[in-house]
Parts: sequence; structure tokens; C-alpha cells
Amino acid sequence: MSASGAVMAPVVKSSAILEVRDLRTHFVGETGSVKAVDGVSFSVKRGRVLGLVGESGSGKSVTGFSIIGLVDPPGRIVGGQVIFDGRDLTRVTREEMRGLRGRRIAMIFQDPMMTLNPVLRIDTQLIEAIRAHADVSQAQARAWARDALGMVGIPSPEERLHAYPHQFSGGMRQRVVIAIALLHKPDFIIADEPTTALDVTIQAQILAEVQKLVAESDTALIWITHDLAVVSRLADDIAVMYAGRIVEAGPVAEVLDRPLHPYTAGLIGSVPSRNRRGERLQQIPGMMPSMLHLPKGCAFRTRCARADAACAADVPLLPVGDREYRCFHPLIEVPVTEMPA
Amino acid sequence: MSAEDLSLLPASAILPIGEEAPFRQTARAYLRSSGAIFGLVLLASIVGLALLAPLVAPQNPYDLLQLDIMNSRLPPGSESTTGMIFWLGTDDQGRDMLSGIIYGLRISLSVGVSSALFATIVGTSAGLIAAYAGRRTETVIMRIVDLQLSFPAILVALMILAFLGKGIANVVLALVIVEWATYARAARATALVERRKEYIEAAEALAIPRWRIVFTHLLPNCLPPLIVIATVQVARAIALEATLSFLGLGVPVTEPSLGLLVANGYQYMLSGMTWISFYPGVALLVTVVAINLVGDRLRDVLNVRGRI
Amino acid sequence: MTASIIRRLIQAIMVMVAMTVIVFMAVNVIGDPVHILVSPDADQAERARVVQELGLDRPLWEQYLHFVRGALEGNLGKSYVYNESALKVIVQRLPATLELAVCAMLFAVLIGIPLGLYAGLRPHGIMSRIIMTVSILGFSLPTFWIGMVLIMVFAVELGWLPSGGRGDTAAFLGVRWAFMTRDGLHHLMLPAFNLALFNASLVLRLTRAGVAEILPLDFIKFARAKGLTEGRVIGVHVLKNIMIPVVTVVGLEFGSTVAFSVVTESIFGWPGMGKLIIDSINVLDRPIITAYLMIIVVFFVMINLLVDLIYTALDPRVRLQGQEP
Repeated sequence: MSASGAVMAPVVKSSAILEVRDLRTHFVGETGSVKAVDGVSFSVKRGRVLGLVGESGSGKSVTGFSIIGLVDPPGRIVGGQVIFDGRDLTRVTREEMRGLRGRRIAMIFQDPMMTLNPVLRIDTQLIEAIRAHADVSQAQARAWARDALGMVGIPSPEERLHAYPHQFSGGMRQRVVIAIALLHKPDFIIADEPTTALDVTIQAQILAEVQKLVAESDTALIWITHDLAVVSRLADDIAVMYAGRIVEAGPVAEVLDRPLHPYTAGLIGSVPSRNRRGERLQQIPGMMPSMLHLPKGCAFRTRCARADAACAADVPLLPVGDREYRCFHPLIEVPVTEMPA
Repeated sequence: MSAEDLSLLPASAILPIGEEAPFRQTARAYLRSSGAIFGLVLLASIVGLALLAPLVAPQNPYDLLQLDIMNSRLPPGSESTTGMIFWLGTDDQGRDMLSGIIYGLRISLSVGVSSALFATIVGTSAGLIAAYAGRRTETVIMRIVDLQLSFPAILVALMILAFLGKGIANVVLALVIVEWATYARAARATALVERRKEYIEAAEALAIPRWRIVFTHLLPNCLPPLIVIATVQVARAIALEATLSFLGLGVPVTEPSLGLLVANGYQYMLSGMTWISFYPGVALLVTVVAINLVGDRLRDVLNVRGRI
Repeated sequence: MTASIIRRLIQAIMVMVAMTVIVFMAVNVIGDPVHILVSPDADQAERARVVQELGLDRPLWEQYLHFVRGALEGNLGKSYVYNESALKVIVQRLPATLELAVCAMLFAVLIGIPLGLYAGLRPHGIMSRIIMTVSILGFSLPTFWIGMVLIMVFAVELGWLPSGGRGDTAAFLGVRWAFMTRDGLHHLMLPAFNLALFNASLVLRLTRAGVAEILPLDFIKFARAKGLTEGRVIGVHVLKNIMIPVVTVVGLEFGSTVAFSVVTESIFGWPGMGKLIIDSINVLDRPIITAYLMIIVVFFVMINLLVDLIYTALDPRVRLQGQEP
């Protein structure tokens, strides 16, 4: 598509490489509309890692797919902005978006067994990603692909190029996926639970690898996960999502040490390693409500011991210092272990 | 009656209070599609025409006394020497095509239905026996089924007729041999699933004789997929019979089905007398499509998609 | 992998043995073998000589072995009509049928895959619904009826294409083919299209189902996340996955297509094996029927084997089974 024919998105000043403003992604189906992402805002700076945390169905993955413009129908971004390097990604043309994907914005998926095309060789899948954005010869692309595999710690990359995905272990496949994501040194990577499907030891290796690569290249990273332990190791900032909204956000150490929102506290309480031996593991009572029938006001109030009549009203995201929370009854003074179950 | 007692009954016998009997429920669901209603009405009229052929057909096309060679190959709408109007024209013997088609429908439908009926009986029995006997019996039956299904229907039917010769009975036999395997495979698959259900296990525990379990418990619950297959197979059988007759290997000239009518007119088609061949073809087409419309809807309503 | 090929080979041989038994029984038990192997106008002495020569007074199993030995040597009797080796008569007709069937398969794929892709990518569009409805007709209408309509429209009414025959042929690799000449190609179009319709519907439905199954998978999303063009995502990532079932079916259906060419060849007067077998059945030229049957069986078994091999080549997961730890 010619540049003259395309309407350029307005340039917006921002110090962050990515800024999401009031993003709304809804799925309209026969039985009603699901507001999977409903007014989410956050920003990520270069060289920083944001942990986007929540249970399955909280909208954290849909947020990731909305940023890169790959929401499956019937899902659709119905409002808000995704400002990447001054451009609103919700308003760029399809071809512009394609030019950004894989080059400046990359994504790593949850299940490495499903991310690589089973009938194409590894070299094909690397080389096509290289040549989608770089005007290089087949031989140059090949050398590039080999170096990329070497960089993520795959032994004898030259030989492994000829392999098919099923000849790799899960951890090795995720390394290949990471190598593909890093090919063009993107400004920004979305990682959607990339270690959940892996063994714990492999998980640790991959985490260390990613940490090193992000630090070296000054890339911004969103790490979507439900695993607070991973976030505490890896992330600089954390945003906790519940039922399509961010309920609490801030620097990771502060949020995990002194959560403000009862839901965050509940999540922390249910991590086994945070509990002392012999103590009963805490859990959040009830289940996440159906996204089709969310309670009015705070979506968490049906499971929250601190909720009262006030919680039926809409709760704004309240700032305090460099933190934000969405609750009328924050746990400012209450230590984690005494959180009511 | 406790929940355990209920499990002794076949699934179809358990009716939650306030729910209709399965047949009425199915009928109601069926009628929700306008295309399916159209198919059913069409099929009913075709069957009606075929059944009432002597009453509705303008002439008896096989009564030589009613034919006049002077009337041969007249285009549609012509008047006969006696003042009768041939709405769809006449063939090379001076036969009224409309009457020929109505009588031809009779032959086509009866061949299709009877072959499907016999094939259902043979195939279902074989499938149920295979599922219930297991071991070597099952292996032998299913190997034959596989072998049979790996060869195309037309080829098997052609060869059987090549060795047996023409004739309605031989055509039906050939069609049964071609079709039984499909039923056998479906019946076995369904029976294997049903067998593991509790009501069969309960019946076995009560030491009810095997044949009784198979026929009173297993069979009724295998019916829905078999009904759907049978419907579709009637259409297939009619089309296959028409093809065989068209090739001159099916029904004899004395009892022409739609396919044979098409074949008879085929030689005149290139000389522009298209009606002799075309209208029987249309009748065949409408019949096959009507049956398929009904079959497709039954498949949805009886919820057997993916099971066969 | 070698083990599985050997296993397939053994199965194939067993099927062929089973079929020789069936054909032997059909010819020798149902029919009168003397009648089949000696021309009807032979005298009594000739008959007696043949009975002895063929060992018809011997036990059945010995006769069967004799039949198999003959079959292995390519001796399946002499055609009454052509007064030549039945096998030779059939093999002479083979190229015509093969080019018809191959061309039909080509049409089926060229029609079925693009339309199936379209219907799969826009499942709710009006065009997709029309395509799917027409494909149901392609399944349920008898081939001979469609062939007739094709002749009526394109040959009789419009006069664009010839109504029958094979047209001019030209030699290629020592065999005469119609597709080598313009006239032959002209004659090939209608019958090939007629024969293609059933398989086109089949390929179309398979492709559509495949697209619907593959599109939501992660690796397609990842391919898009890499910034690949939509053309490459559909044309390589989706299509290569769909090709596995399509090739399997196209391969398996090739045998059926050869069998169904019986109908198409009869309608269009295409001088192939199919027309030959119909003519032979009509005049009870039984050696030809027997030979045709044996050839078709070998053909089917070979196709099944070949499809297995192609399938293995296409799907790396199957190919490397057994090599993996």
C-alpha cells in the first residue's frame, strides 16, 4: 500500500514505547456481548518488564492480542488507543500493522507445541520471518537464522535448521519461538504465558535467557502470566487484571509486599511458597463470575469479604504515589497473612 | 423409581416429565426448517404419484393398444391422433412421456427402497453381530466390510450384473451387496458405544439372553444413525440404479426405470429431440434432491452428524 | 518406516489373493469356464481338448493355482470379439482412461481447492453458501445426468465443444495421447469436467473443513505475528496443512475416478477401458471382464500403497515415526 494513500495516525508524544489508553475489546456473540477487555490503561518503557497478571479469563491474553492486532473474530477493539512509538495501532492500516508485527513488535505464545507450524521446517519458519521484513538473499537469511538459533542457546544450530518442530523438545521449541521473536530486535515483545507449558527447570532457563536478552537489547516486555513467582523474579512493574479491568498496578516489589486490592492479596495468599509450612493455604472463595453476567460496580465484590453496599457503584482507578488501585476498601494497613479468607 | 432403576431402561424410554415422546419431538424439530418441509412435501408428492400411477397417468405406457406409432417423437404440448395432449412429448414408440415418467418413478423408487430395506437388514445384523460377538467373528466381518468399501460402488455393481445378467431382482441384489457394508460399519460403531452404557450392562447382569439384549435394547438405540443412512442410501441406490440402467445393465426394457428412459432418449438428443431424455432426467434429479433434503434434515434433527 | 511399508505390502498381497479367489469363483463356479475360455462355435472335440488342457477334471484348488499361474504370466484368456489377448486389448485402452482420469483429478483440485479456501475464509458470506449448496448437488446428482446436460448445453446449444469421441491424438513416450493435440484437448474438456464434479465437491468440502480447523490454531496466529503477508499465511501455512487430507483423498479417489469413467466414457464415447468393459459386458466377452477385474484390483491396491507413501512424504510427523526415540 502506498504511503500517500494511507491516512497517517496522529503522532502522540509519550515517553513510554507503548501506552495503552482505555482499551476496550468486546466479543459480540448470539448470547450477548463479552467485555473481555473493558477500559484497560498502562504503559511500558524501554528496557522495562511489565507483568500482566490475572486468572484465566481475566482478559490478560486478549489485551496482548489487541495490542498486536490479532484478536480472533467475533472479538473486536471497540474503543481506546494503543500508542506505540507515537502511533495509534488501532488506527493504522492493515499493511502498516503487518510491517510492524515481527519487526518492531513481537509476540511469544503460550504453548510452544502449538506455535510452530508442524509441516514446515524450522529454517523455513525462520527465513520467512526474516524475509518478511528484511531485503536479504536466501543465503544471508539462512546465516541470520543460524545465528539467531545460536543466540537462544540451541546447540549445533546449523544442523537443527533442517529439523521439523516435532523433533524438538518443548523447551527447545520455545527457544526457537523466542529466536523468531528476537530476529529483528523488536522494540517491544508481548509474551503470553510462555513458560506455563514447560517443566520447572526449563522454565527457569528460559526466564534467565529472556531476562538477559531484554537487558542487552533495551527491549520493552509485557509478560502475561498467572504465576506471581515468575513476575516477582522478572518484572519491574505489575498490573493485576480481574474480569477485563486492571484492579491494581505499580512497581512489582511494592505491590507484592503491600497489596492494596483484596484480589491482589488473595492471589498472593494462594501462592504456596508464600505460606509458612504447616499453615493452611489460603484461597479466594468462589469463582470468577461469568463474563456475560458481571455484577454491577466492582466485579470482585461477590467474592470479597470487605465488600459492602458502596462497592455496587463504579470504582475508579485511584492513584497513590506510583501505584494505582480500584477499590473503596484498600488493604493499606492490613498485613498479607491476616487477609480475611 | 430410583435413578439406578432408570438406567435399566433404554435411553429412549426415559421421559422427563412434561417432555414429548421422541417421535413428536423429532417431528417438531424437523418442521422448523422450511427447506426440509419443502423436501418432505416434494418427496410425498413423488411417492404419491408413483403409488397412484395407474390413476393419475394419462395413459398406460405399456399397454400396446394405447400406443400409436404415428405419435412417436412429438414435442411437448403436441396433440395425439385421438386428441390427447402430450404435455411432455412422446418417445420413439409414441408413448406419452409424462405417463412413462410416472410409471418409471414406480420402478426407480421400488428398486431404491427395497434394496435399502434389504441392505439395512443384512448390514445391521452383520454389524450388531460383529459388535456383540467380538473376537474372530468381528474381525472377519469387519475385514469384509473394509474390503468391500475400498472398491467403488459402481464397479462392484457392474461386475455383479456382468455375471448375473440384467433384471430387477439382480439389480436389487447388486445394490444390497454394494450397500450392506455401510450399514454394518455404522451399526457396529453405534452398538459399540451403546454397549458400554449402563442399561446394557444392567441387562447383562440380569442374565437376559444375548439375542434379546441385542434386539430389544441395542437395536432401538442404534436406529437414529441407521435411519439417516437408509434415507441417504435410497437416494444413492436410485441414482446408481439409474446409472446402471443407463449403461444398459440394469432393469430390462419391459420395466423401464427413469434411468432407462433417459438412456432410450439419449440417442435422439443430439438431433435436437431433447425432451425424450431430458424430462425423465429432471424427474430423477428432483427425486434424488428431495430425498437428500429430507435426509440432511434428519441427520441434523436426530443429531447423528459425525457419528457416521 | 520400512517395517510399516512391509506390513502394507503384505496386506496388499493378501487383498490381491482374496480378489483372485473371488474372481476365480465368479468365473469358474458361477459361469461355465469352458464357455468362457472357448469361443461358442467350437465343436465337441475342441471342448473336450480344452477341458483336459485346462485340467477342469482336476480338484478346484489345483484349478485355482493354474488360474493364478496364468494371471501371473499375464495370460487371462483371449477376447472373443477382438481375438487378441484380453490383457493386451485392455492395456491398449489404458492411456485414454488414464488421461481422462488425470485431467478430471486436475480439474477437481483446481476447482475444489480455491472455492473451498474461499468458503472456508468467509464461512458466513452469501457466495460461500451458494458454493456449499452447489457442492451438495455435485455429490448427489448422477454423473450421467450431468454429462447429458453438459452435452446439451455446450455441444448442442452453444456448439463450443464436441459432444463425444477422443479427437486427434499424438505420440508421446511411444503412446498416443489426446492431450497432445488441440483437437484432442477440445474433446477432453467436457468428459473430464463431467468426471471431475464429484471429486471437486469432495475436495471443496475437505478444503473448507480444513481451513475452518486450521485457522484458529496458534501457529497461524504466530505466522501472522511474525508479520507475514496474508498471502503467505494462507498460501503456505494453511494450505500445506490442508494438502495432507486433500492429497490422501485425491489419491484414494483416483481409483474410483477410473472406475466411474465407465459412465463418463459411455456418455461421451471416449474410447477407454470403461467403454470397453461396458461393451464387453453387453456382448459377454468374459475374458475381457475377468482381465479388467484383475487389472482394476492391482490398480487399487497400488494406489492405496502409493497414497500411503505420498502421505508419509507430506507429513513429517508420520515420516519420522520409528526414527524418533
